[in-house]
Amino acid sequence: MSEANKQQGAVQTTGHSWDGDLQEFNNPLPTWWLWGFYLTVIFAVIYWVIYPAWPVGESYTKGVANTITYTVNGEERTTHWNTRALLMKEMQSGQDAQKMQAYMEKVAAASYDDILADEEMLAFTRAVAKGLFGDNCAACHGSGGAGVIGLFPNLVDDAWLWGGSVEQIEATLTQGRRGFMPGFERSLDEGQIDAVAHYVLSLSGHEVDGDMAQRGMQIFNGKEGGCFYCHTKAGTGLESQGAANLTDSIWTVANVPGRDGLEGKLAEVREVVENGIERVMPAWDQRLSDNEIKLLTVYVHELGGGQ
Amino acid sequence: MSFFKHESIEINAGLLIALTMVVISIGGLVEIVPLFYIKNTIEKVEGVRPYTPLELRGRDIYQREGCYLCHSQMIRPFRDEMLRYGHYSLAAESQYDHPFQWGSKRTGPDLARVGGKYSNEWHVAHMINPRDVVPESIMPSYPWLMENELEYSDIADRMRALKKAGVPYSETREEYQANVEKFGREVADRLNILAAEQNLIAEAQAGNFDGDRARLTEMDALVAYLQMLGTLVDFSQYEEGHFAEFR
Repeated sequence: MSEANKQQGAVQTTGHSWDGDLQEFNNPLPTWWLWGFYLTVIFAVIYWVIYPAWPVGESYTKGVANTITYTVNGEERTTHWNTRALLMKEMQSGQDAQKMQAYMEKVAAASYDDILADEEMLAFTRAVAKGLFGDNCAACHGSGGAGVIGLFPNLVDDAWLWGGSVEQIEATLTQGRRGFMPGFERSLDEGQIDAVAHYVLSLSGHEVDGDMAQRGMQIFNGKEGGCFYCHTKAGTGLESQGAANLTDSIWTVANVPGRDGLEGKLAEVREVVENGIERVMPAWDQRLSDNEIKLLTVYVHELGGGQ
Repeated sequence: MSFFKHESIEINAGLLIALTMVVISIGGLVEIVPLFYIKNTIEKVEGVRPYTPLELRGRDIYQREGCYLCHSQMIRPFRDEMLRYGHYSLAAESQYDHPFQWGSKRTGPDLARVGGKYSNEWHVAHMINPRDVVPESIMPSYPWLMENELEYSDIADRMRALKKAGVPYSETREEYQANVEKFGREVADRLNILAAEQNLIAEAQAGNFDGDRARLTEMDALVAYLQMLGTLVDFSQYEEGHFAEFR
């Protein structure tokens, strides 16, 4: 409280009283506050002149001496100030947009080898592709690329179902992939499927019953099962078919690492052999530009250490 | 006039309330009323139509579950929003929304253009348990959407209520004809209140949004709604500066 307020009688009251003696002071507004108020009024008047402000009939005042120029199809257009024109101008000639554009052109012109060898281009690719990945790929593969076992492949491990070279990754992104393994429920009986499961686990170094594995191998590599057509006799898998490598302890469909004990692991493998699996990666050539696919290719290649 | 004197206002609560409301409504009126008669408020654009019966039920469920508390449906004209979500939202795109779902609280991402971005299967898995597809998600699970049969016996009444608010659903022959001229026959058929129930069932069966052909669930309706969000306007038809001319 200021000195003036403390001195009763020096300040006027509003003149009325309640309950006999309840009165209200009528202090003048502080000077600094009053001037602040006048300044905001002056600011508002200046704003009305410069920016679109007052409605007039079916239109409104557009603001004086405050225009935005942008380009449409090589032709310059000038309009009154508005956020949409401002956005176009920023997208076309803003500092960040131009910087990004310059990098985009540089990356578009460079080969994969050039990009992978150039720290600066690689840093740019990581930054932009992280957003692209988050927007388009993360819904299935997860924002870190770890996927969901059985549903969406893990992109950060060393296994590449459809090949891990930049050319193969680009093809996967552009055309999409259709991974298909038939179910053997009808063509093999339970004992045979169990034997195949034993053999499959033995391929990745699990200790299983030798006789069962031996029998499984015959089915796997023979006409009965025919597994080797796609998984090869060595069990390493054909990339052209997107067939999993069964020898590397990396599991993409059967959740073998998630189960304790041999019986559980066998059950996981048996289920895949019985029911098969079908997984689809959509094609992105209609949704993403060539350059965006290029950036994502490098990004995904880097995620899994590439091949 | 002694009526508006300091003292008479202060000792008369009813008058104080009435005058306070007049004063605070001036700000709103000055900002809102002109938009109703300024010519460029709603952009002239092809393709925007009212919701079909199934989408409408999906939208009701969207509101019932309070999705708008965490998700906005309004892409603002900024570079960062455009890079992430796509073209900024147009006023025309929410002209049949009652109430609109613009929002300003984004705990989750903006959904104005989520339509067509993910598959139906993804949406179903995501609604049942978001963590199954997005491990870091903090969105609650909505498993009952898949269990609840969709209640649609009152769909015609729901459309009639919106019609009162100005949405061009048709009941009479004239209204139907007007819709045919405005939206084309195919859309006009789906806006016909008299055929609302058949249309809803037919759309759910054709779309099979929840992946379960045997049942018509709330998931069907919600996914149908999500899959059309922001897809009505084909922006490739318009040159880059077109929508800036409406501001």
